[in-house]
Amino acid sequence: MEPHATIHELTAAFAKGTASPVAVTEGYLARIGALDDKVGAYLTVTRDQALAAARASEARYRAGAPLSPLDGAPLAIKDVFCTAGVRTTCGSKILETFVPPYDATIVARLRKAGAVLLGKTNMDEFAMGSSTEHSAFKLTRNPWDLARVPGGSSGGSAAAVAGGLAAGGFGTDTGGSVRQPAAFCGVIGFKPTYGRVSRYGLIAFASSLDHVAPFALDILDTALLLGAVAGHDPLDATSVDATVPDYAAALGAGVKGLRVGVPDEYFGAGLDPEIDRAVRAAVDVLRDLGAKVEPVSLPTTSYGVATYYVVAPAEASSNLARYDGVKYGLRVAGKDLIDMVSRTRAAGFGPEVKRRIMLGTYALSAGYHDAYYGQAQKVRTLVRQDFEKAFARVDVLAAPTTPGVAFRHGEKADPLAMYMNDVYTIPASMTGLPAVSVPCGFSATGLPIGLQLIGRTLDESTLLRAAHAYEQATPWRERHPSLA
Amino acid sequence: MSTTTATTYETVIGLEVHAQLATRSKMFCGCPTTFGAPPNSQTCPICQGMPGTLPVINRRAVEFVIATGIAIEATIPERTQWERKNYFYPDLPKGYQISQYAIPLASSGRLRIETSDGPFTVPITRAHLEEDTAKLVHGDTAGAAGARTSLVDFNRSGAPLMEIVTEPDIRTAEQARRYAEELQLLLRAIGASDADMERGQMRVEANVSLRPRGTTAFGTRVEVKNMNSFRSVERAIAYEIERQGRALDAGEPLTMETRGWDDGRQATYRMRAKETSDDYRYFPEPDLPPLRVDKAWIASIRDTLPELPAARRARYEALGLSGYDAAVLVADPGMGGAFEAIRAARPTLPAKEIANFVSGSGARVAKGAGYNATGVPGEGHPADVATLLAAILDGAVSRAVGRDLLERHLGDGTPSAALLAGAGPGPISDDAALLEHVDAVIAANPKAVVDYRAGRPVAGFFVGQVMKATAGAADAARVTQLVRERLDAEG
Repeated sequence: MEPHATIHELTAAFAKGTASPVAVTEGYLARIGALDDKVGAYLTVTRDQALAAARASEARYRAGAPLSPLDGAPLAIKDVFCTAGVRTTCGSKILETFVPPYDATIVARLRKAGAVLLGKTNMDEFAMGSSTEHSAFKLTRNPWDLARVPGGSSGGSAAAVAGGLAAGGFGTDTGGSVRQPAAFCGVIGFKPTYGRVSRYGLIAFASSLDHVAPFALDILDTALLLGAVAGHDPLDATSVDATVPDYAAALGAGVKGLRVGVPDEYFGAGLDPEIDRAVRAAVDVLRDLGAKVEPVSLPTTSYGVATYYVVAPAEASSNLARYDGVKYGLRVAGKDLIDMVSRTRAAGFGPEVKRRIMLGTYALSAGYHDAYYGQAQKVRTLVRQDFEKAFARVDVLAAPTTPGVAFRHGEKADPLAMYMNDVYTIPASMTGLPAVSVPCGFSATGLPIGLQLIGRTLDESTLLRAAHAYEQATPWRERHPSLA
Repeated sequence: MSTTTATTYETVIGLEVHAQLATRSKMFCGCPTTFGAPPNSQTCPICQGMPGTLPVINRRAVEFVIATGIAIEATIPERTQWERKNYFYPDLPKGYQISQYAIPLASSGRLRIETSDGPFTVPITRAHLEEDTAKLVHGDTAGAAGARTSLVDFNRSGAPLMEIVTEPDIRTAEQARRYAEELQLLLRAIGASDADMERGQMRVEANVSLRPRGTTAFGTRVEVKNMNSFRSVERAIAYEIERQGRALDAGEPLTMETRGWDDGRQATYRMRAKETSDDYRYFPEPDLPPLRVDKAWIASIRDTLPELPAARRARYEALGLSGYDAAVLVADPGMGGAFEAIRAARPTLPAKEIANFVSGSGARVAKGAGYNATGVPGEGHPADVATLLAAILDGAVSRAVGRDLLERHLGDGTPSAALLAGAGPGPISDDAALLEHVDAVIAANPKAVVDYRAGRPVAGFFVGQVMKATAGAADAARVTQLVRERLDAEG
């Protein structure tokens, strides 16, 4: 099979007997062996487990009883998801030796669907970053230009899917950590509604913002991956108890009559003109396909980044308190308890994580709580109201995913410059609305550009339908980076 | 309290009670909460605070707090939420405790108590639901680095805990003890908590301060912990009042501190100073959506509430029991249960008779044989006890015989019917019935009649025969009288 075959192509071939899950898995493992030194997508390759899963899958196909449309699909999983018996680092020294005794719910559901998990992918430490440069372990390179970042924090999974080192993958999107790397790497990144997919076993960064999100080569694969993991989980009190539609079945309905809103605030200063042009051209494609396009306004957009960088660090400062050297992970001995905890955290956390823990601790402190955390929660409500107003008039919003294309390693050393990368993805994170990044062209230098579509709460189907119509009308998915 | 302290200062006491709720599983995971299990045998990734794990609310625990809230006449909010209380300690695996801060499940309640100075109502600020911490076990042995080691037992980690806080309106050590006792009764009646202080299922902490009489500003507050019995609560607070009073008299400044009660020395000791107030950086727990408490839910909990201790005492007094007897029966689940069971078996029995039996011989038997959960002592059965008590009251057996039969029943479970049959029909006070026996004996012994009439002393023979025939249930004096009347009349 081609290194960039989609999951549905692979599983169709498995069913017909023209390809075998074992051979395909071996092919991916061989490609990882040959190319991942260049890309740096994986932190851990679970070779033996992957082959065992592929053999089991092959037996099922032979018996004519595959478990699901994902049976035998070789996937890359961000190292933020707990995997029973497999080291789960979250990109941090503090969890370098941590082996969870349990699977995250999405991992368990993927296994139940027959997927083959190739390994755990690189990420910014505790998902804090937009370039994967904050990983404690290695650099991940963008398969389109190895001198550039894949985006982040789920850069490893994005690079793996873009580079043909996995047929699909999963990441987490807290402020854009799946949509942004998807845009940078020229693949699909789909953030469902908050609560649509269980967070159980996802190592928390910011609990009210963390979303499980798939990467895929096309929208049909996206629908299949999402369908396999979506749905209520009794282990996650924030997971939504709502029926999961057959996402794949609804794809072909087109966009005739669909109302597409174009928010003015997403096309202002700071947006790369090439991206501006590509996204406006994509909106024209939707119009040509029968969508009704109209301008909308989301006036609170400019408050998004500031609000996010209060709420997310506040939650993170609490979520990361458990890494104290007492129970698991790194422990650095000290002269007493406080000394041990301090030394452990000083040695175990990288500078970006420390920065955010300090920011968040400050924002929650007595005397500052109302001015920062309290105020941020109010703004979050206003942002939500902005979207509610817009969605009274339109069905889907179309906007750029990122203000610029993939940047060079080390280019955004200033934390604020890095944070501004998430300016267009943060609003959908704060509101929990479903949003997808779809490839919509290339820069003059050959770097991918992402179109972001944002939908209504729990209306992933409409979003997938619009993205599918666009994808089918454009040639972008046919281009792949060459790593040879 | 010494006279000077009592006259110079007013005591201000507020109590915080932590009660471990009697749920089968923990607050946020499915682990059991059995007391005394081997260390770390009742744990899972969730209550160990492993990365990626999430809490899910135990609804039963919520219901117990709502039930308690209803029982203390508190306000139950329509919507409640949980917050994270952030601090580092090895017994807190997540680095935060999930607790309630802004909207407790119950607020503005009260509990009425009886004291030697009369009734007193303790205002309760709030009752909220949180999770317990793990338990630290401090070893004496040196670890690898030469330092002393401490071990963490996570069995208790995440157990549901209700915190009940009073207003600082308690004024005496006795009121504090009585409040704690009454609260224990209430929690046990509801079934919310086993509330065993020795097992740490109910932990009482007291904030004690003194202020000059007539002033309103609070004095320097001292928190007292480690009181493992009601007696300790009263003594520790009394000690603290004395200590603070002496210090104030001597012009020595008091410090904000936490003190522990040393039961052996009968004194409090300094545990740690509270120089700064802690900043717990509370914020709403993002892993738990706010909880709606709709009126129907509250109503259904209210409907299933059992009779509360105060109401039960009132009912017993209305049945004619003394206040003391009523309090004893309500305070002791064994005795109270036995009282109810016997009364249910024969509602016509006077309550006072049952109470006397239960708190008198019943208590004695209870200590030897043990009351079981249904209040039935030993192998005994409430219906049998009721029958035997009725037999005594009806005069079917004498009190002495009846007591003996009750002891035998409670001891080996012999049914009341067999005991009463063996004891005979009892003192036959009915002359007609007795005369039947007398006439029968006279008819059967014509020779003795002749002897009697001949002036021989054979009256005792007739009496003995009648007593034999009635199995000792007849009154011998009356029988003698009747025998003489009959024999003389026929002569």
